[in-house]
Amino acid sequence: MPTKVEKDSVSGRLTTGHEWDGLKELNTPLPKWWLYVFLACVVFAAGQMLLYPSVPFFTGYFPGLLGYSQRVEVDRAVQAVAQQRAETVNRIGALSFEQIRADPPLLNAALSIGRITFAENCQPCHGTEGTGRPGYPALGDDVWIWGGSLAAIQQTITHGVRSEDKDTRTSAMPAFGALGSLKPAEMEAVADYVQGLFGLPPGKNAAEGQKLFVDNCASCHGDKGQGNQELGGPPLASRVHLYGGDRAAILAQINQPKHGVMPAWNARLSAPIIKSLTLYVHSLGGGQ
Amino acid sequence: MSEAVMAPAPIYNERVIKACVIAGMFWAVVALAAGVYLALELTWPAFNLGFSFTNFGRLRPVHTSAAIFAFGGSVLIGTSFHVVQRTCRARLFGGEALASFVFWGYQFFIVMAALSYVMGFSQSKEYAEPEWYLDLWLTIVWVAYLVVFAGTLMKREEPHIYVANWFYLAFILTVAMLHIGNNLAVPISPFSAKSYSAFSGVQDALVQWWYGHNAVGFFLTAGFLGIMYYYIPKAANRPVYSYRLSVVHFWSLIFLYIWAGPHHLHYTALPNWAQTLGMAFSIMLWMPSWGGMINGLMTLSGAWDKLRTEPSLRFLVTAVGFYGMSTFEGPVMSIRAVNSLSHYTDWTIGHVHSGALGWVAFISFGAVYYMVPVLWHRPALYSKRLVAWHYWIATLGIVLYITSMWVAGIMQGLMWRAYDTLGFLQYSFVESVEAVHPYYFIRMMGGVMFLAGALLMVFNLIQTVRTQPMVVAGRRDAPPLGASPVPAE
Repeated sequence: MPTKVEKDSVSGRLTTGHEWDGLKELNTPLPKWWLYVFLACVVFAAGQMLLYPSVPFFTGYFPGLLGYSQRVEVDRAVQAVAQQRAETVNRIGALSFEQIRADPPLLNAALSIGRITFAENCQPCHGTEGTGRPGYPALGDDVWIWGGSLAAIQQTITHGVRSEDKDTRTSAMPAFGALGSLKPAEMEAVADYVQGLFGLPPGKNAAEGQKLFVDNCASCHGDKGQGNQELGGPPLASRVHLYGGDRAAILAQINQPKHGVMPAWNARLSAPIIKSLTLYVHSLGGGQ
Repeated sequence: MSEAVMAPAPIYNERVIKACVIAGMFWAVVALAAGVYLALELTWPAFNLGFSFTNFGRLRPVHTSAAIFAFGGSVLIGTSFHVVQRTCRARLFGGEALASFVFWGYQFFIVMAALSYVMGFSQSKEYAEPEWYLDLWLTIVWVAYLVVFAGTLMKREEPHIYVANWFYLAFILTVAMLHIGNNLAVPISPFSAKSYSAFSGVQDALVQWWYGHNAVGFFLTAGFLGIMYYYIPKAANRPVYSYRLSVVHFWSLIFLYIWAGPHHLHYTALPNWAQTLGMAFSIMLWMPSWGGMINGLMTLSGAWDKLRTEPSLRFLVTAVGFYGMSTFEGPVMSIRAVNSLSHYTDWTIGHVHSGALGWVAFISFGAVYYMVPVLWHRPALYSKRLVAWHYWIATLGIVLYITSMWVAGIMQGLMWRAYDTLGFLQYSFVESVEAVHPYYFIRMMGGVMFLAGALLMVFNLIQTVRTQPMVVAGRRDAPPLGASPVPAE
């Protein structure tokens, strides 16, 4: 296509004289504002590179005139928060549960620290406000496996259950069916008895089941299924079930019990924070 | 300048372009439907349905790949073959056969990639999920694409290369480089789908975002600017506003974009100096990006009335508007202080979609509305009213989408960083999830509207081909007589 510069009747600009498939281009100069804003951005970018760590060399980088480092910045921010927390946290750490509860403003602070700590760390398993989920104990009721006093809750949170902590709480129920210590018919009988403990109609072999229960189960679960918090034997005479309350769930647990694990939180939370968390969990409705 | 002085235009290869248009529209519907379904899962997680293959984690790459590579890629290949032939006055290099290989090879890649995602195969790199064997196949197809495109440019009958082709060529070349660089990996055996990246740790992250950001820069920006530079002046029947601006903004865009990737890794293990550079280059990128917007919008001066009469032009122009908005938002979000609020929130999702729906999809819709009557030799579209309905439903859908994500994102960012007077977090993560739930619903409704608009478009295009009489003589896209430029005095 021959080159032929033309004048555009609308803008009065000349074309470049090229044409492709009927398309032409005007030879309009760069818009001034565009050019100046572009240059301003380049200056701003250069300023950033001058002030902050930027150009790399073979063995390091230009650190910038401000001496900025995101690592230092994070340390500073973490320290600032620690300082903001210090007064309250130190007081919670120094005082006993009774003293904290006698000081309403401090108790409120501890409960609000406990609430957010619970929401960030405990809620995924124990549910919002400790409502619990299958396999994860409810904390808002008065049925406790390891005890619902402040000291017991604090102990459980600090060292966990079946955790790697050397002071962990631990208990293990034998696999009565899988190990062969109870025959299938005997497990059925135990289930006949156990379901009667929490309000279902007892099965037809409940009397035989009771005998087996006293011999095999009562040492941990109590002779009337009331549980044993010293050993971590869950109460069975309760409508609150850890792994379900239907017959299949009972049989499954006798046959091959599940054992949940709770981490020891002392590896992650400081003692005063655990104390606040204890007060919060205790306040959910079941504290003893 | 009249047609009379030139040799008649060759008969262009159009079969492959038609195939790309059909595939592009098919994948648009698939991508949008997948997006709506994922938005539904995010609003009510029970829609995961409990199957592994309907899980969010597996369907999300189906949505993103279908939108970017299947829909966007088919439109880019189709329009580039359309534009390069007409602006070079040359048939495709390698003929119909090589072009068909590019088309079918690319479609095969897409189908295999989507199947591999739902079956659980992924190399866990965003927008580069396909495993090594599919990457190798795509490399072959892509090189064939480059050969067709560059070969056509080389045998052109025009003395100069039109600006749209610069952008298409930059897109094809850079995507080849990015694809190979980011997918360097060692398969655990020649018979296994699983591979490990050649990079590790933060180097891997940086290579990934060098790729990821330039997929935005060269696939979704440069390639679609190629579309803009042909179809807007065509539809508006006006000369391009500024040749000089196109030169300067092309080279500055190409040079600056490639360095901006580290802004995806602010406040991470990435060294501070790389973060500063990523931010600095992102800010310098603002005006080079806007150069394309200025050239697109100013090309309409003297032809704004055509928005009423030329159905494709509304989409093309609105696309440029959204392009301008998201290429301003991008540099703002790359500033470290802003990023500390916006990163990991739904603000980013909104930003991506103002680009993907507003710019990429709209410019594609505009180009396809323009191309279908041209390629199928129909006098006009079946219904301009339906185009208008599509336009308004889709625009409203985008507005719902991006505003709900702005609100949700900024709210998340503020909730995550809120401390109480004691120095403890004010909100738990779950509370921020609860807080954005209504906005997730609004986002889903935006997606439903956008999908509904696309279905109207498909209906309109099918009716155009089915019911409109074929125009035998004359080409709709021939340079009109008495075009506005007049000889210089």
